[in-house]
Amino acid sequence: MLEIRWHSRAGQGAVTGAKGLADVVSTTGKEVQAFAFYGSAKRGAAMTAYNRVDDKPIMNHEKFMHPDYVLVIDPALVYTTDITIYDKEETVYIITTHMSTEELVASQPRLAGKTVHTVDCIKIAQDTIGRPIPNTPMLGALMKVSGMYEIDFFKDNMVRVLSKLPQKIVDANMDAIQRAYDEVK
Amino acid sequence: MAFDKMELRDIEVWDGNFAAAQAMRQVQIDVVAAYPITPSTPIVEGYAKFLADGYVEGEFVMVESEHAAMSGCIGAAAAGGRVATATSSQGFALMVETLYQSSGMRLPIVLNVVNRALAAPLNVNGDHSDMYLGRDSGWIQLDAYSPQEAYDLNFIAFKVSEDHDVRLPCMVHQDGFMTSHTAQGVKTFTDEVAYDFVGEYKPMNDMLDLDHPVTHGVQTEEDWHFEHKARQHNDLMTKVMPKIQEVFDAFEELSGRKYNIVEQYDMDDADVAVVCMGTSVETAREVAKEMRAEGIKAGVVGIRVLRPYPFAQIIEALKDIKSIAALDRSSPNGAPGMLFNELAGALYNTDSKATLSGYVYGLGGRDLTKAHLTDLYKELQANADAGKVLTPLQQFIGVRGPKLTFL
Repeated sequence: MLEIRWHSRAGQGAVTGAKGLADVVSTTGKEVQAFAFYGSAKRGAAMTAYNRVDDKPIMNHEKFMHPDYVLVIDPALVYTTDITIYDKEETVYIITTHMSTEELVASQPRLAGKTVHTVDCIKIAQDTIGRPIPNTPMLGALMKVSGMYEIDFFKDNMVRVLSKLPQKIVDANMDAIQRAYDEVK
Repeated sequence: MAFDKMELRDIEVWDGNFAAAQAMRQVQIDVVAAYPITPSTPIVEGYAKFLADGYVEGEFVMVESEHAAMSGCIGAAAAGGRVATATSSQGFALMVETLYQSSGMRLPIVLNVVNRALAAPLNVNGDHSDMYLGRDSGWIQLDAYSPQEAYDLNFIAFKVSEDHDVRLPCMVHQDGFMTSHTAQGVKTFTDEVAYDFVGEYKPMNDMLDLDHPVTHGVQTEEDWHFEHKARQHNDLMTKVMPKIQEVFDAFEELSGRKYNIVEQYDMDDADVAVVCMGTSVETAREVAKEMRAEGIKAGVVGIRVLRPYPFAQIIEALKDIKSIAALDRSSPNGAPGMLFNELAGALYNTDSKATLSGYVYGLGGRDLTKAHLTDLYKELQANADAGKVLTPLQQFIGVRGPKLTFL
């Protein structure tokens, strides 16, 4: 069982990102689950979303998990929420920030000694999509760090997942995914 | 008006809401009267979009309340249409008066209930308070534990509800957020296969059949009221279960997916069993497997059909069990839980010597973790070993503060 926790603000697309990831993973024959903690979420409120991936049907509906990956798509959440809660020794972090990994870890001591990757999904999204929606670039970074799928296979599938959007937006998302894949450190 | 078919992949990644909306499209509902409420909103929103995009031939009636939503459904069903809607929580509570109207008028309406807590305090998350509120309303109640089941049970609901021997409305329940907003793989039917399974709607006593005038919504006083209610109860007690079984069998033949009136998992040789509903059934299944590695013969019983109450099937499922836990996800507010009471009622006149203990859990969406269930199974094993309940009869799981126990 692979378990992923997203830290986001409502409106940044973590739920769409988690469901998009689940959709792509499902095409490879695996069982998937994507869900979120909403509350009566207001745009901008801190929230978490989750993915589970397994080879057998996923029966577990508890919201609690010890994540294998923690994906943070809003830079400030590193300081205002405990993104390390319930982690384990092997947990891998991919965090959106304009800082280098060293600067980030120095600024948040909780991350010391953990496996941390950084990428500026907000800037990438602004440059490509024109809006600070950092969900799809985070998926590009996840593909690079996890080696889950070849980036071309992943992008082809994401084109299908996003097919309801205008072509221009789909193309911009593909650029965002590729850039985050190339730039994650 | 013509409508388009939709191409679906064999497995789509859908949440429970979208799965229910797709089923509502595939059975080509004539009228949806709806007043959206969290977390069920995307169901009627989805149907409205399918309608606007030309994928379904029907009417979407926007109304000013849930009371009006069900009233609109009653009117459309009495007129002779295939009718459905969706609601949750406060909306369900506001519908209650009309729920009794629709079942008493024998109108086969399907209501998707995305289970959510009842205020106060206000809470949008999933528990079973609304489902429990509906249990004396004369409706059939089916419970889904996953998005796949929310999809499947909708087809089953229409087929059972619209049968001319049944003609009773049917709720399809799913857990708010835990199913409704959780995306998982859903095996789909093509539009043709889905529609053909349910079949064309054949109205009975419909008001638009002008050659055969009928009266709906009549008044009966002490002269006839009791007979009407007794007849409705009789049909719920005698006609519905055989029909559900028949439709479950037909559904299994079509899809390979088997549903049972009472679901049993690892129950063949079980000593201890958890009885619950909703997503908790699946989490408990996983924990029961893990308990077996620790030497506890654990099983799970899931209530698939809450109404009519599966009295005989419950007795059969629990007959060899030594220790039973009834898990209620609704505050009994001054009583033992509903499942506790109803399991006790079923087992009381049998030879069962099982211990029975009740647990209230998960109110307002509070997580039921695997760790909670592990502790619970250990408690049940201790009860089984002692041959009596070693704890108070009613305990609360997962509530903060000092441990709450009663009775």
